[in-house]
Amino acid sequence: MFTGIFKDTSVRILITFMIVLCVLSSLVLPDWMQNNFMYGLSRGLAILGLMLLWRTNLVSFGHALYYGFGAYAVALCQKYFGITDILLRFAIAVIAAGLLGFCLGFILRKYREIFFAMLSLAFSMVLYGLLAKAEFLGSTDGMSISPSTLLGMELTRQYLFYLITFFVICAAISIQAYLRSTLGHLTTAIQDNEIRVEYLGYSVQKAIHIKYVMSACLAGGAGGLMAASLGQVDPDSMVNWNVSGELVFITIMSGWGNILAPFIGAIIFEFIRTYAFEWAPQAWAAIVGGTLLAIIFFFPGGIWSVIEKVFNYGKKKNVK
Amino acid sequence: MLNDTVLKASDLNKSFSGIVAAKDINVSINQGEIVGIIGANGAGKTVFVNMITGYLKPTSGKIEFLGEDITGIEPRNATHIGLCRSFQISQVFMTMSVKQNLMIAMSLSKKSGKALLDPIADEEISKECDKILELYKIMDQSNNIVSTLSQGIRKLLDIAMAVVGNPKVILLDEPTSGVSVEEKFGIMDIVIAALKQTETSVLFVEHDMEIVERYVDRVIAFYQGEIICDAPPKVALSDKKVIEYVLGH
Repeated sequence: MFTGIFKDTSVRILITFMIVLCVLSSLVLPDWMQNNFMYGLSRGLAILGLMLLWRTNLVSFGHALYYGFGAYAVALCQKYFGITDILLRFAIAVIAAGLLGFCLGFILRKYREIFFAMLSLAFSMVLYGLLAKAEFLGSTDGMSISPSTLLGMELTRQYLFYLITFFVICAAISIQAYLRSTLGHLTTAIQDNEIRVEYLGYSVQKAIHIKYVMSACLAGGAGGLMAASLGQVDPDSMVNWNVSGELVFITIMSGWGNILAPFIGAIIFEFIRTYAFEWAPQAWAAIVGGTLLAIIFFFPGGIWSVIEKVFNYGKKKNVK
Repeated sequence: MLNDTVLKASDLNKSFSGIVAAKDINVSINQGEIVGIIGANGAGKTVFVNMITGYLKPTSGKIEFLGEDITGIEPRNATHIGLCRSFQISQVFMTMSVKQNLMIAMSLSKKSGKALLDPIADEEISKECDKILELYKIMDQSNNIVSTLSQGIRKLLDIAMAVVGNPKVILLDEPTSGVSVEEKFGIMDIVIAALKQTETSVLFVEHDMEIVERYVDRVIAFYQGEIICDAPPKVALSDKKVIEYVLGH
């Protein structure tokens, strides 16, 4: 019953892209680039979650709440239970963020547009305030994370990258399966017409709640993987409002046309930031902002719309 | 079968901050009956339909469906028990194709099974949808995106989406509003023929008296939130009160 998902073109493109990425990074590309890919893919999971919400016209300005919650869950489980296994770390981050999303979802599912956006931001700032004040969580200095292991063996950066790629593939395929389901189609349908969805016999609030929890799980997983690859969690780089803003920024930049879009967007963002910081340390933020403005003006559908145009152009040329 | 009461509203009242929108409404609808609801703007027709389908909760009174009290039911639960509606302004998913709209509606009506996992790829659902598309004569529009289609096609799709779960009663809110004069009889012919096949009871709100006269078994006329006439079309449309308050002659 689930084999059909592997015939899906988006899934095939995703898997091919990830395999190419793994081969390139292990054979050709320098280590620092692999780090950028790793951060991009991890963060891409959170973007995928935001993309899900965006499909229902919901923009969360506070998704760093789950991103940071997942990261801190990993740090706390290491501190109190000595858990360093990457599989457990990822599972803990996903479950912790999912549970928090489930609880907050009861409130947030009733709101739309700017109220949803600002309420989610408010929740994230509450967590930021708590983390910045809590000394047992390292306060503003945060906590360090020891290198990850897998079944008792310490992971090299290379293997950590492969595993992150594997997690990303699994998560993205699950999301594609969801988008193909009736519930997934409702995501676009709700954006179109909430009243009709209710009269078709499905609760709009329930559909939004389910999607919100999924989005929280993805952001939590992203935070957990980011913590494992950075080796450090702190409120400013994980939960602060600018982190949420950055996630929304990448979502707009990526576009929402495909499950691969968030990962490509997140990787490109990592590279833009790296180079902008190197070339113009005083004005890197202006370069990043300028890039987003250019994308909004010239490609409102995001980077994915550019990729689509290029491929469609290629197809038309072949037909001629 | 035609005399079995499927829907009954008793002493329904609805007011908004003291303004009475519905007053002592008593209506019963039999199985397979086609009832036209008429009245001037603001007479309380849509309020009545909204109360029956759960969009508005009545201030007082009782609504029974197949003998069960359903007063204040949630819209989605009304759909589940077989009480569906279409809308004055077609409520369809504009960015999807005609068939995708119908397939989503169909898969939701199934509630379980493989269809929920991948409705667009489900052959059984696809076949069932094709039957409905044929019945409502919109098969040739199947793959077109809804936003590119005429109001008439959207109306047909809106009604087709409401009947996928084989409801006992369907409420149509102005099924020909926004539809061109040339299209209106064609659309109503298709809709009524399809609904008669399934013995679905139909309540439709309509301003066009030609439509009312041609298709309904009974007319309920509203004025200022009250029912002023409940009779067969010929009697109702020649009633003094109806002529004065509804037809405006």
